[in-house]
Amino acid sequence: MTTVKTKIGRRSFIKSSALAGGGMVLGFSWLASCKMSAEEVNQLPKEWFKINGYLRIADNGQVTILSPNPEGGQNVKTSMPMIVADELGVDWKDVIVEQAPLDTAAFTLQFLGGSQSIRRGWEGLRMAGASAKAMLIAAAAQDWQVPSEEISARKGILTHTESDKSASYGEMASAAATMKVPEEVQLKEIKDFTIIGTSQKNVDGHKIVTGKPLFGVDTYKEGMLTAMIVTPPAFGLKLKSIDDSEAKNMPGIQSIFTIEVFNDDYEKAFFDTRTFNEVAVIVGNSTWEVMNAKKALKIDCEPIEGITETRNRFGRKWEEYTPGGLESTAKHYAEMEAIASKKATVKRRDGHPENAFKNAAKVLEATYTAPFLAHNCMEPMNFFADVSDNKALLIGPLQKPELTEQTLSARLGIPIENIEIQMTRLGGGYGRRSYAHWLVEAALISQKMKAPVKLVYSREDDMTNGIYRPSYRATYRAALDANNNLIGFHVKTGGIPQSPLHENRFPAGAVENYLAEDWTIDTNLTVGSFRAPSSNFIACAEQSFLDEVAEATGKDPIDFRLELLERAQHNPVGENNDYEAHRYAGVLKLVKEKSNWSNRDSVARGVAAYFCHNSYAAQVLDLTWENNEPVVQKVTCAIDCGIVVNPDAATNLAEGGIVDGIGNALYGEISFKDGVPDQQNFDTYRMIRMREAPKEIDVHFVESDIHPTGLGEPSFPPIFAALANAMYKATGKRAYKQPFLKERELLG
Amino acid sequence: MHPIQNKLTMSKFSLKINGKTLEVDVDDSTPMLWVLRDHLNLVGTKYGCGIAQCGACTVHLGDNAIRSCQLPVSSVGDQEITTIEGLSENGDHPVQKAWLEIDVPQCGYCQAGQIMSATALLKRNPSPSDEEIETAMNGNICRCGTYVRIKKAIKMAVSETQNA
Repeated sequence: MTTVKTKIGRRSFIKSSALAGGGMVLGFSWLASCKMSAEEVNQLPKEWFKINGYLRIADNGQVTILSPNPEGGQNVKTSMPMIVADELGVDWKDVIVEQAPLDTAAFTLQFLGGSQSIRRGWEGLRMAGASAKAMLIAAAAQDWQVPSEEISARKGILTHTESDKSASYGEMASAAATMKVPEEVQLKEIKDFTIIGTSQKNVDGHKIVTGKPLFGVDTYKEGMLTAMIVTPPAFGLKLKSIDDSEAKNMPGIQSIFTIEVFNDDYEKAFFDTRTFNEVAVIVGNSTWEVMNAKKALKIDCEPIEGITETRNRFGRKWEEYTPGGLESTAKHYAEMEAIASKKATVKRRDGHPENAFKNAAKVLEATYTAPFLAHNCMEPMNFFADVSDNKALLIGPLQKPELTEQTLSARLGIPIENIEIQMTRLGGGYGRRSYAHWLVEAALISQKMKAPVKLVYSREDDMTNGIYRPSYRATYRAALDANNNLIGFHVKTGGIPQSPLHENRFPAGAVENYLAEDWTIDTNLTVGSFRAPSSNFIACAEQSFLDEVAEATGKDPIDFRLELLERAQHNPVGENNDYEAHRYAGVLKLVKEKSNWSNRDSVARGVAAYFCHNSYAAQVLDLTWENNEPVVQKVTCAIDCGIVVNPDAATNLAEGGIVDGIGNALYGEISFKDGVPDQQNFDTYRMIRMREAPKEIDVHFVESDIHPTGLGEPSFPPIFAALANAMYKATGKRAYKQPFLKERELLG
Repeated sequence: MHPIQNKLTMSKFSLKINGKTLEVDVDDSTPMLWVLRDHLNLVGTKYGCGIAQCGACTVHLGDNAIRSCQLPVSSVGDQEITTIEGLSENGDHPVQKAWLEIDVPQCGYCQAGQIMSATALLKRNPSPSDEEIETAMNGNICRCGTYVRIKKAIKMAVSETQNA
């Protein structure tokens, strides 16, 4: 066994067990509505005992485990409690899962983003289960007057063989709640896991398929009003005045006013990005009435001036410039082309790249571009707020509750301890719900109305008030010697307004002469994290280019990558290479085997691999070209994310990343004309649909004892390139511009 | 798009929903989506786009899958409406069971609409081909990308029904 100090999350154990005291009796009046036999009613829990911040045990042995992090489809609400339950030593069928509220004292990093929930939660979750088990054992040892080391605890039963004593966790729960939190706990060996590594169904599955209220937008409360916003029609504009003469007299409308999301002197933190700081608000009795009034509200706008603001990223400050002007996509691409020929910031240089290119027998060069993307969560942005004098209750979907709470406290002037945030299931997140300005808006509206309010964005509001994926451009160059060896590699890339460069990622470390440089262009379009930020573009460019280089060297694209990784593993160039070459090679070898790579007769096949968010993914995509359309027959995917907690759910997530990636690669784009988004709803913003999804997806995980790493994002970036490389095999044309099908249509 | 309604006309409607008769007093133009969600507490039917492009609001009107965001309450009359809440008594419709067995949902937001489209398909075509499934489901968007599992679940429901 592994013995660890209970330092992570220890605050939660101490605080909670001190609170626990005796038993905690919950009301069970809801049982009246269920049809149950007398026997079934007898078996129901009568009393619950809080053992620590993560779990409660009932007198009948049932266990309630709180899932600390926001659930947005990544399955943490199932998989995080699985980890606790395994260390606790109970049957999964005896576990009830509840979404924990935001509680920064009890939990650490209640956070959805960067594929980090399981990775960062792993140790704390295991400790929560293991320390509770230790307290149950201590309670039994005291009761039975035997040494605790002689007591075993599994499947919810405590046993002392020598004295032939046993008790259920339920019987010992009351005493366990009063036990001292152990200074050290023993964690299971990986081989002893009984729940981790088994496929368990989504704990909310039944509620989802029967339409139970689970999402923020499903919040309805007594006396609740509905609010919607009206914003300028274009980026680069701000509100000047509103004319509500018609709208305010419409049926069901209570009030129309404007709010400022952030005060002028507020130093915005990293996730405090807001598209329009001043927005008009319509509040009414029902959604349809407010939607109608929204169309009748007239607004007058004026251009914004360029402005420099200081922003604060977890203590590190930087100046952010937002230019004035009405921006257009055509101009964006022209600006990126112009800046690409100018001097850029060198981020990494190994060897003598200039000499390598000068002496090369052959030089390859290719340029890749990608548009802005909108997140398009199926549940539009929304939040419920009930703010009174010095207290605020917020209910809804968000990814960074802890950070948003700080922002809200600063804006409302209400102390954090008087703010309660309840997390609902997220109808998609993908990064968008990290920027919870709509929560602040909802709170300001409720404060003004002195009433509970649900703020709901229309689909058009959601798409045009985006915190978009930036637009990018990258130029790659490769130098080959006379023997077709790769002797020089150069990437020069940038974006509006962020660079996608990761200068220490592969193939850095595998090429003797290497140069990575980047640039950025300012914009007044608002941008932020989008599933696998920056990797979602640069993986495609890099892995498409490597395919082209492999072809030029006459090598198989997988073998070519494996050769480079061999070099990076045994004789790496430079320092700070941020990947493990053998694990990277491992997923390529696995996908080669599982896809039966050598068989390439009937379909066009493309391969790509990438490392991001601490995990490795490699994919082979099989394509046929029918009626001038790509038809993805099959995707084979190999992933190394360490220990897989819930294999079938992990497979589902990987499948989703693949489908989502193919959709964004083929169709995804939000473009602008004079600051106005060309796409405002799903009639013009093309999302992938069932017909375009792969006919089959086959996911394999590398068997591993390494602690689990990210999974929500790693399957997403490489699929863009696997698709591009397969399309080349099918059509003979390289895809350089995303979305790929737009380029094809333009070419005719 | 709906025209601006300066003067809403409130009327009483008696609607047959999930086997019950329910009364609402709303404007004639109100889409069934908002009648269900705002007035009848049936929130399983979801708002996604408001222009019949995403399928999140799919319900059955009689036996047909329709987008409730485009169905004004005044046009319903005495036609029977079924929502996800009324699809089965205990969530045990073969399609719902298959959805759970395959563990289809990720975020889950679009799934009620997906299930309503799938159940309407199987009602009129108990053993659809892959292409027929794709055509029937093409109006339902899932950003999480669960399409492969949705198709698998529909096929499982077909074979369960046929073997039953």
